Amino acid sequence: MQAPSVGQWAPAVVLAWLIPGGGHFLLKRPGRGAVLSISVVLLFLLGLMMRGTLFQPQSGDLLTMVIYYGGFIGDLLSGVLYFLTIWLGYSQPDMAGHVHDYGTKFLVAAGLLNLLAMVDAWEIATGKKD
Amino acid sequence: MPKMNLSHFEASLLFALFTSAVLGVITKRTDRERLRYALRCFAYFLAAIFSLSWLMYLGHG
Repeated sequence: MQAPSVGQWAPAVVLAWLIPGGGHFLLKRPGRGAVLSISVVLLFLLGLMMRGTLFQPQSGDLLTMVIYYGGFIGDLLSGVLYFLTIWLGYSQPDMAGHVHDYGTKFLVAAGLLNLLAMVDAWEIATGKKD
Repeated sequence: MPKMNLSHFEASLLFALFTSAVLGVITKRTDRERLRYALRCFAYFLAAIFSLSWLMYLGHG
């Protein structure tokens, strides 16, 4: 069986990363795209409203690296939401308190859910699922 | 951007809601299966929230 070409799936996966749900819209799955888009965007916005912190890569011991690099990648996976937030000057220092803490986790979780949406878009684009 | 204060329960509930919706959409093949799976995931999240909350409450004495 021949492997699917990059041109077959790359546009959908890149669009799915940049615009949550965008890959599904491109692949003509608007209903699923809308659910993914609403979920990821609302989770990200709630994270911002709870004044969550956006991770910056930080070196140090192994645990610090895993947390900060992992968190940074998680934030980055939200695509245009992340870039827009940085561009508009959002800068929340890490503060004590459960609301800030939940906010930080919401921001990372939005990116991780978007990663699942990207994988789903890849599976649809390559014909592995409908 | 307005600031929002949520309790532990409200934040966990919202997280469970959106995560279940995404898991439902990406996992199954028909809309009916997706809805059922999302509801099942949400129920599991609720069960975990209540169990762990009681465990922490009782653990504190």
